[in-house]
Amino acid sequence: MADVTVSQGITSIKNDPNFKKNRMAPGRVAKNVVVHAILAVLALIWLFPIFWVVLTSLRAEKGSYTYYFWPKALTFDNYVKLFTDTSSINFPRMFLNTLFIAVCSCIITTIFVLFVSYCMSRLRFRLRKPFMNLAMILGLFPGFMSMVAVYFLLKAVGLTEGGLIRLALILCYSAASGTGFYIVKGFFDTVPKSLSEAAILDGCNGMQVFTKVVLPLSKPIVVYTILTAFLAPWLDFVFVRVIVGAKSEYWTVALGLYNMLEKEYIYNWYTSWAAAAVIVSIPIALLFIFMQRNYVDGMTGAVKG
Amino acid sequence: MAVSTTVADANNAAKKMKKKKMFKSEYTLFDAVTKGGWTTKLSMVVMGFGNIAHKRVIKGLIFLLIEAAFIFYMVMIGAGALAGLPSLGDQAQVEVWNEDAGVYEYQTGDNSLLYLLYGVATIVFIVIFFCFWAEAVRSAYKAECLSKRGGHLNTFREDLRSLLNENLWKFLMFFPFAGILLFTILPLVFMIPMAFTNYSTIGDHLVLFDWVGMENFKTILGLGGSLGKEFWSVLGWTLVWAFFATFLNFFFGMILAIVIQRKDTKLKAFWRTIFVISIAVPQFVSLLIMRTMLNRNGVINNLLMDWGWIQQPLPFWEDATWARVSVIVINCWIGIPYSMLQVTGILQNIPGELTEAAKIDGANSVQVFFKITLPYVLFIMGPYIITQFTGNINNFNVIYLLSGGAPVPVGATAGKTDLLVTWLYKLTIDYQYYNLGAVIGIISFIVLSIVALITYRNTAAYKDEEGFQ
Repeated sequence: MADVTVSQGITSIKNDPNFKKNRMAPGRVAKNVVVHAILAVLALIWLFPIFWVVLTSLRAEKGSYTYYFWPKALTFDNYVKLFTDTSSINFPRMFLNTLFIAVCSCIITTIFVLFVSYCMSRLRFRLRKPFMNLAMILGLFPGFMSMVAVYFLLKAVGLTEGGLIRLALILCYSAASGTGFYIVKGFFDTVPKSLSEAAILDGCNGMQVFTKVVLPLSKPIVVYTILTAFLAPWLDFVFVRVIVGAKSEYWTVALGLYNMLEKEYIYNWYTSWAAAAVIVSIPIALLFIFMQRNYVDGMTGAVKG
Repeated sequence: MAVSTTVADANNAAKKMKKKKMFKSEYTLFDAVTKGGWTTKLSMVVMGFGNIAHKRVIKGLIFLLIEAAFIFYMVMIGAGALAGLPSLGDQAQVEVWNEDAGVYEYQTGDNSLLYLLYGVATIVFIVIFFCFWAEAVRSAYKAECLSKRGGHLNTFREDLRSLLNENLWKFLMFFPFAGILLFTILPLVFMIPMAFTNYSTIGDHLVLFDWVGMENFKTILGLGGSLGKEFWSVLGWTLVWAFFATFLNFFFGMILAIVIQRKDTKLKAFWRTIFVISIAVPQFVSLLIMRTMLNRNGVINNLLMDWGWIQQPLPFWEDATWARVSVIVINCWIGIPYSMLQVTGILQNIPGELTEAAKIDGANSVQVFFKITLPYVLFIMGPYIITQFTGNINNFNVIYLLSGGAPVPVGATAGKTDLLVTWLYKLTIDYQYYNLGAVIGIISFIVLSIVALITYRNTAAYKDEEGFQ
């Protein structure tokens, strides 16, 4: 690699009458050093919190805040404690709760979003524009305004007690997901109409055009939809906090992590909190990076070239 | 110029007319009511009669069943619920002396919340029923017209099949829309009336409350009381926050993207990955990390004191100005990588000839930035920035997880870093001032819709959505 650039440099110098300009001027070198130094400092700032939480999760000393940065001893006990000490904070159950809720709401949300997006993108009907305007207006109300009312409604039909709380949470995350159709609709808009017209000539009905022509062409955006829907229950802690509250057997990971920093738990659980943050972050980060890739693929359109 | 615009206008108008016509049914409700024959007229009372009279028994029976269910509901629950709406109940819970048992017993009073809930739900049901009623009458009218003309009237089986073809939208939209109706629209419709009641812990109106008209709006907006003063300062800070959170993120993200994109920068992918890692960490985790790091005994204060840069811990969450700057700076930590990713994508699409031509004409890199790169990025990112701005006005997570609104002055309900949404959350969940919470929800909706309606509707994506098809 270096050889190539050097030889290219030499040929270009030879071809260029005033070749002095093409060699790196001292000012330019200095500028590059400064730029790279700034980037390095920024990178440190951005990585510092992550580094710190990993370090804290490995700290052997108990207690919340310490007066020194580097731990006196390192240990994996904090991770072990998360999975073995389930008396006051039951991390495995929180994890399974979240997984169950995430899988269920992911299925419903994906179906709803894909259905609505397809209608908005491909089908033309009287209520289409009104629905799009309605979705925009609804998006402007602060989510919490309806959240309290949703809680009252769920309570009125008895969904806020016992195991039904899980159902209530699933409904909260998925039932109204139909308003979030913008990105997927934008993708469906790029699938050429000629394809669906050809499919209709070949005898497909409207539903088959959707499932057999448009959906297979939209794989990246379908994956993106599935992942965003799956991640929502892991990231939200506001709805859970209102609906579940203090019933710790139904806590999700986000709510559990938030509560670990409350006064009654923080002393015993601070380092394990850091460990839990690391454990939860790794799969979510991987999914997120995977999702970003699909998002970027999705943005470039359905049919390339 | 003038001619071409008028031609374009005429074209647009023609297109609009065509569109309107395309979706207009031949059999409107108005025609059905005015021109319908006796079967249609009877269908207005006995839903589905017209369909049954024209041998579409199943469809007719479904309509009839809906009507029966609705009447049953109205008689059993609905009528009482509507009647309770004006008063919201007036029987307070009372203690009654029970002679036989020798104890005081509580006699349950009226629960205004349930009155309001059932009343609002009944109104929503009535609206839904009216839609079915209109559909039944139109369908009866259609059956009547078609049988007069001798046209083909769809059988039930054909109706079902049409759900997969020309009526596919009805099938696809039904469940998502029902979800939106039950979990977004109904709660909002239920919440808005609360703004006009005295449902709150003030004056102990948690069980029994009443309509108070515009009182709550006066309390919040009026400058006299303490709540009014808090509102204006929270609103001011919300707008300041949204402005800085949006534009600092955007500009620094753009500069970072440009710096990494520079020809001379080495290891481009490496730098980008580092910044992407930080956004891949779930936001609530990174925010909680930040909160503990900036704590009075947190790692930042410790390090700075170790190095001897400061003597006292910095009051990150104790002082109003420190807290406000801290949340904005931390929001930059979270937001800059996002906008960097977005801008990087756009930068790669800037036609190379543009910048080359500018450089040949003697522009330096600063001029290229201000004359070419910035306008180009702004043009594409315009709608995104607007969404960011409205999103930041409602940015609950960052504020709640970082500062929780702190510092809170003594005796106030809102802290110095509280946004309208977090204040709304505190007022409803912590203080149980449900009525004031509803008022704030409505006000922030108004603020947002002013921002959004002006801007969204002017974006190219909204106006010309079929540009790609």
